[in-house]
Amino acid sequence: MGINVKKGLRSVGFPLLSILVALFLGGIILALMGYDVGAAYASQFKGAFGDANAIGETMVQMVPLIFCALSYAVAYRCGLINLGAEGQLYIGAILGALVGARVQGLPPAAHILLCLVAGFVGGGLMGCLVGALKTRFGASELITTIMLNYIAMEFVAWCVNNVPFKDLTPGAAPRMPAVLASARLPIILPGTRLHLGIVLAVVGIAGYYFFMWRTTRGYEMRVIGMNQNAGRYSGMNIRANSVLAMTIAGGYAGLAGVTQIIGLQFFLTEGFSNNFGFSGIAVALLGSCHPVGIGVSAILFGALNAGGNKMQLLASVPAASIYMIQGMIILFAISRELFLWFGKGGGRVLALARRPAKDGGGA
Amino acid sequence: MTECILRMRQITKRFGEVIANSEVNLDVEKGEAHALLGENGAGKSTLMNCLYGMYDSYEGEIYFDGKLERVSDPKRAIALGIGMVHQHFMLIPVLTVVENVVLGLKDNKELLDLRGAADKFERLGKKYNMVIDPWARVETLSVGQQQRVEILKALYRDARLLILDEPTAVLTPGEIEGLFEMIAALKNEGRTVIFISHKLNEIMRVCDRCTVLRQGRVEATVRVDEVRDREHLAALMVGREVELQTVKAPCQPGEERLVVEHLAALNDLGLPAVRDMSFAIRGGEILGICGVDGNGQSEMVQCLTGLRRTTGGRILIGGKDATGYSVRQILREGLSHIPEDRHKFGMIGAMNIEENFILVSYREELYSRRGLLNWRWIGKHSASLVDSYNVKTPTAKEEAKNLSGGNQQKMVVARELDRGPKLLIAVHPSRGLDIGATKYIQSQIIKQRDNGAAVMMVSTELDELMELSDRILVMYEGENMGVLTQGEATREKLGALMAGIRARPGA
Amino acid sequence: MEFVTNFLTADIRTATPLLLAALGLVFSERAGIVNIGTEGIMLIGALLGSVGAHVFAAPFMGALFAVLGGALAGYVFAFFTVTLRGNQIVVGTAFNIFALGLTTTLNRLLLAGVKSIPGYRTLAVPGLSRLPALGPILFRWSLPVYLAFLLAPLCWFALYKTNTGLKIRGVGEHPKASDTLGINVFRVRYGVLIFAGMMAGLAGSFVSMGQASTFIENMVAGKGFMAVAVCVFGNYSPLGVMLAALLFGATDALKYRLLPVVGGGYSQFLNMLPYVITVLALCVFAKRSNKPAASGVAYRKE
Repeated sequence: MGINVKKGLRSVGFPLLSILVALFLGGIILALMGYDVGAAYASQFKGAFGDANAIGETMVQMVPLIFCALSYAVAYRCGLINLGAEGQLYIGAILGALVGARVQGLPPAAHILLCLVAGFVGGGLMGCLVGALKTRFGASELITTIMLNYIAMEFVAWCVNNVPFKDLTPGAAPRMPAVLASARLPIILPGTRLHLGIVLAVVGIAGYYFFMWRTTRGYEMRVIGMNQNAGRYSGMNIRANSVLAMTIAGGYAGLAGVTQIIGLQFFLTEGFSNNFGFSGIAVALLGSCHPVGIGVSAILFGALNAGGNKMQLLASVPAASIYMIQGMIILFAISRELFLWFGKGGGRVLALARRPAKDGGGA
Repeated sequence: MTECILRMRQITKRFGEVIANSEVNLDVEKGEAHALLGENGAGKSTLMNCLYGMYDSYEGEIYFDGKLERVSDPKRAIALGIGMVHQHFMLIPVLTVVENVVLGLKDNKELLDLRGAADKFERLGKKYNMVIDPWARVETLSVGQQQRVEILKALYRDARLLILDEPTAVLTPGEIEGLFEMIAALKNEGRTVIFISHKLNEIMRVCDRCTVLRQGRVEATVRVDEVRDREHLAALMVGREVELQTVKAPCQPGEERLVVEHLAALNDLGLPAVRDMSFAIRGGEILGICGVDGNGQSEMVQCLTGLRRTTGGRILIGGKDATGYSVRQILREGLSHIPEDRHKFGMIGAMNIEENFILVSYREELYSRRGLLNWRWIGKHSASLVDSYNVKTPTAKEEAKNLSGGNQQKMVVARELDRGPKLLIAVHPSRGLDIGATKYIQSQIIKQRDNGAAVMMVSTELDELMELSDRILVMYEGENMGVLTQGEATREKLGALMAGIRARPGA
Repeated sequence: MEFVTNFLTADIRTATPLLLAALGLVFSERAGIVNIGTEGIMLIGALLGSVGAHVFAAPFMGALFAVLGGALAGYVFAFFTVTLRGNQIVVGTAFNIFALGLTTTLNRLLLAGVKSIPGYRTLAVPGLSRLPALGPILFRWSLPVYLAFLLAPLCWFALYKTNTGLKIRGVGEHPKASDTLGINVFRVRYGVLIFAGMMAGLAGSFVSMGQASTFIENMVAGKGFMAVAVCVFGNYSPLGVMLAALLFGATDALKYRLLPVVGGGYSQFLNMLPYVITVLALCVFAKRSNKPAASGVAYRKE
């Protein structure tokens, strides 16, 4: 078998350390800014795990984070970098919202399924475009995905403000019409906002594992991601795989968008994504793009998001400050060696900062 | 006693667990050409890299001009007057020759005087009879010219001790003569040369003394003119008596498996790399492809394996026109391909052995069904392959990058030969391996031939080619210079053909 | 005539932050580092510029804050990518997320209720600025604008004619070869990243103090990423980057010209223009050749 669950769990152990360090440094920064760090983190924890409602909120936040992390992970496994989950998410949401509001007379199961398909297709098209530009013209996906994020956001702005997509209800804020009751995901924890999306997200993780490690197509993508030449040598079609990987990646991000609409918001508004596309990258990186790792680190980031809102409310620390912590978590999570060096004493770290270790890797 | 310019004492160099050099002592006299002789992996380059400051740590002491020196970076080495021509040239292809020459010079003014540098470089070139246009971009130069740039670059820095790492590997016999004259001229000026090689005959020609390294240790240092018994030196190098010729049954050629007619192809720069190449290989025979690196062998193999488009001619596999086939189509015709660079093409270091074993066959029956991989069967099969091909590893779940080079190559060979090829293309199958692994892989290739496969073997090692091949085709600048049978082939004949000198018109 | 004048001034105004950041990027890219963290560094520059200018009531202090902040950010980026050999894209992404959090938090803390800050002052060149047509286009700008367009040829000279420039190009193409010649690859990469950080910081300060006169959360809005695109589009050459930045500026200027034509209902599509142009430019120029061979690869000495 190509994957090792133990390894996935172990890969979570180290990042825990980076989380602690990031929280510690984040605390120092907040303290320097004059905030009450104790109160901030206490309310943060309360907001994330304090009661059933808080846990529900954390899991609600996990849904888009997991889908966006899978989006990054699929592309990453095929050697591509998808920084475009944010845009793909929006386009998926638009298509999902359209289907949710305009298609009438379907039984709930079918309507929900159709919305999900629409969301996947919307995001998938965006991803497919990136893949095509890359394979056809050699345009780096790094920049095209980011540019498409802004294009998608402008498109959302247009949709919520203009006929034929905007909500025509008198007095409505700029938004698209509400999705019909038949398209809405059921609540699975009564009394909270936790909807079926979390189950879909877990299924999404399982699908990612199954596809990447059990199918020949997934195997091809992993080979190409690790050694493109070996892929060519064994007769794999690099271009087709790249386009497909970007399409699936986009599709996953699209699911993040559509589940958010039909599970939580019901209306599509401008800027409804809480930077999920980029936080998803952090989730994927912290979890080493491993299925188990993604699941576990999504809990953490979900808790950060859910707690962040509470923190703003109770300790009046801006919720955006959790982005600082997220950013630092990524930095420390990829810098294993930093901790190894601290283990050897600070003086050596300083010496190495000038000239890095040269014996680490051998020839 | 003559004065020593360099004394290395008890040098030990480790990479993690691996010990590349162990307590090496080396004395080099001023003005001599000193050979470092040893097999691939004997630690010759590592030792010299220590001297040149490529690693920031080593154990032991280096005395240069009698003074103890800590050479922790190349800057120090250059300041001492040490120059090194690496096996893989340290030139920057997109820069001009003169930019490469002045790059990093200690006494550069902030405002570069390239014109002055070019003049000085040209004068230096004239002195050593190596004229090169200083304004040419390095990537437009031939390999031989690039080597001269490297040497002149070191002399421009006034190197008193010049290290040449396997300098002849990339040269034609004619260019090698030029290099040897150059070494003689440097010695006349009182400069010292360290010459790394594993070719005995070259060392006997240009060197005064020779230090033999084996498995990171010094076996002996001898005066070359006192060597009576070459075989003894060779035995020191490989650590046992050199084996006699590989035993090989007489060739029993079957039908033509691979026919190449007037094949033409371009290289990555769009220049002709293969021209009007025609030959045929029958089942049950080994055709050796001989030539200096970079004479179109790689491009030809890429054409035959579907990795490169042809621009002319035909390829027939098993009588079928396979011109323009994709890699996958050619694999279906029964091709196995041991690629020239296993790290680049043949394996995925971060995947485990099982996942590497299925690289070519993952779509076939037993390996997978309806797009789903059958890991259970793959696991069992992998274990048996590890066993039968002597891949030394704890389990087949080990990541390939953790294997030694020889075991990685065995893994690739096991995968390819397990397919029961009708046509086997093996490129440098033993490059960089120790004698044991080399012999094993060679015997496996002969086994395939005896089972009736048509084998094409590309190599730059004349000994290997002359030992294994039933016939040898020599390539020069993409052309077929002639085909010799095993009986006809001698070093001299092959050498002439490799240099582009035809034996007789129309051969 | 007024149309042309307005168009070109709008063009230069938009091009300036892109050019400033991209000139820094030319050096770091040429040394083999891909720095998409520029977006975040610009954002930090925009905030620090506003804070400095507001607190000291002097635009110069804003610029100083922004440049010093950018230098520090560049140093930290170098520590993670050069010393710790972290993946450059990942570190860049982390920087951007961090910067978004940091600037948003600091903005609410330090600039709460501040409506406008002292922006860069226009310095008209005596005499020349009175020239008809040319005067307003070329000689009535604030300092960062003059600086950006003067630096472009200077950077070109530095990159191609000086010892340091040669070292930078060598390090980006073949770090190991440069190392064998006694060049400290790590020092060169630290140097260019700090320089690129300073330039990005200054560019960010121009966004808040030159274009807007206030700080708005996430106001850089992709200009850092566009600077990276400008660098590719300008073929990693300072003069090419100048032309590319002006072209990008032109699409932005065009936006305001076209708005009355297409009507307010479609303004979002006009807003897409610079992004669309970026994507198209990448497609057309992706295969141009000055991209260094060792781009994006951390150097590991054996």
